[in-house]
Amino acid sequence: MIEIKNIKKNFGSQQVLKGISASFENGKCNLIIGKSGSGKTVTLKCMVGLFEPDEGTILYDGRNITDMDFHARKDIRREIGMLFQGTALFDSLTVEENVQFPLDMFTNQTAAEKLERVNFCLGRVNLPNTNKKYPGELSGGMKKRVGIARAIVMNPKYLFCDEPNSGLDPKTAIVIDHLIKEITLEYNMTTVINTHDMNSVMGIGDKVVFLHEGLKYWEGTNKQIMEITDGELFDFIFASDFLKDLRRNAKY
Amino acid sequence: MLKIFEQLGGFLTLMYSAFSKPEKAQMYWKETFRQAKDIGVGSLPIIAIVSTFIGGVSAVQFAYQFRSISLVPMWWIGSIVRKGMILELAPTVSALLLAGKVGSNIASELGTMRISEQIDAYEIMGVNTPAYLIGPKIAASVIVVPMLVVIAVALGIIGGWGAGLLGGFFSTTEYFRGVQDGFDGYDVFIMLVKAVLFGFTLSSISCYKGFTVQGGAVEIGKSSTQAVVLSSIVMMIVNFFVAFLLL
Ligand SMILES: Nc1ncnc2c1ncn2[C@@H]1O[C@H](COP(=O)(O)OP(=O)(O)O)[C@@H](O)[C@H]1O
Ligand SMILES: [Mg+2]
Repeated sequence: MIEIKNIKKNFGSQQVLKGISASFENGKCNLIIGKSGSGKTVTLKCMVGLFEPDEGTILYDGRNITDMDFHARKDIRREIGMLFQGTALFDSLTVEENVQFPLDMFTNQTAAEKLERVNFCLGRVNLPNTNKKYPGELSGGMKKRVGIARAIVMNPKYLFCDEPNSGLDPKTAIVIDHLIKEITLEYNMTTVINTHDMNSVMGIGDKVVFLHEGLKYWEGTNKQIMEITDGELFDFIFASDFLKDLRRNAKY
Repeated sequence: MLKIFEQLGGFLTLMYSAFSKPEKAQMYWKETFRQAKDIGVGSLPIIAIVSTFIGGVSAVQFAYQFRSISLVPMWWIGSIVRKGMILELAPTVSALLLAGKVGSNIASELGTMRISEQIDAYEIMGVNTPAYLIGPKIAASVIVVPMLVVIAVALGIIGGWGAGLLGGFFSTTEYFRGVQDGFDGYDVFIMLVKAVLFGFTLSSISCYKGFTVQGGAVEIGKSSTQAVVLSSIVMMIVNFFVAFLLL
């Protein structure tokens, strides 16, 4: 479980996070949702340590990373996998080298062991036989799969995904969502996903945290979210007037 | 003015972390070797062409000047081309060419990695990013630039010879008598000092400019232009001080 408590972050005079507290559970897909610019990415980057929060604590199963030194933090990073919004694949390396990189850097495995692990991960994300391709030669969906394979290669306990289905067609988006969900269950990971896609919320949102203007506005499950009938969250879910009317007239 | 000190501080901090202890030496060697190959092989053609012609032009110009002073023997040209190439032309011209080619390349590569979150991806894995992404580039540059300068000298001398034969200024024996005449190892030492300093200046400034990019494609373009301009200027200042202090 990851808990964040009263996280604040400013950029210059702009208050982006104004004191966010939430908990993200083990073996579940925990979603952070909100409009574009609501602070989802900043929250995620604070959690993984790419940004320093100005205030607040972040606990990884009780271990507070905000007051850890450089080395202790590095050890926690070995337990973290992250899928970036633009996938952030290393474009001078092949698919195989991308996925293998953490193994090369941080383990003393033999070449055969590493290759076996890489092939296992690429197989797990349904990408066999692309080992020698470069990221530039892959489609958006394939890049996301490589990104996931690279994120899980070290067997992380915590998986972070920033907008995993941005830039994908609706069908591929759902496939990627479910892949993340399956992997989360299989390895009992604590998975935190940023998204503004309602399909993801309904499809895989075991737990949902809604951010609005730098604050946590709502928290619940994807079942509860459909009971909302007004307020900012309602506006977010039923973005168009057409959908709002449909929801208001629907009989449950 | 404050901004200059801020940047200088940022630069020094980055250089300090670029030379911290690597996680896994083998990976760093591999990366250094890859960078060396990139920088060396990639720059060889342009340096070869330009330095051959500079040697050629030097020979032609000195022959033109010496013709009016009939007291000076033509075989001196070999000696003058050699000295000029070693002391100033080869290091300086290579430095400027490399600033344009390698400097902009390094800055835009790191800038792209920054903007596309590739640097964040390394960071998340627990990689010491300045050490892994900058250290090997600087090391490679410090090793490869002197090699390129030595090649530039050799080709410059050959260029002078070719031009001289073409213009009928001297015979091969005369020219190489000149090339060997009064050879001073100290000149080569100065050349190597310059080359090593240029290699460091060029790569470290370009790495700093690329690594610290913020924004998007426009900023990457700007930073790589700044890398070329700033490293050219700093290298010429360094060049002056080496000449001033060591000659
Ligand atoms: N590195 C940064 N420097 C300055 N402002 C930033 C930075 N990153 C994000 N912001 C600002 O923080 C706000 C939230 O951004 P972000 O977390 O990316 O939103 P999103 O919810 O779409 O992921 C935006 O207004 C953005 O301009
Ligand atoms: Mg975002």
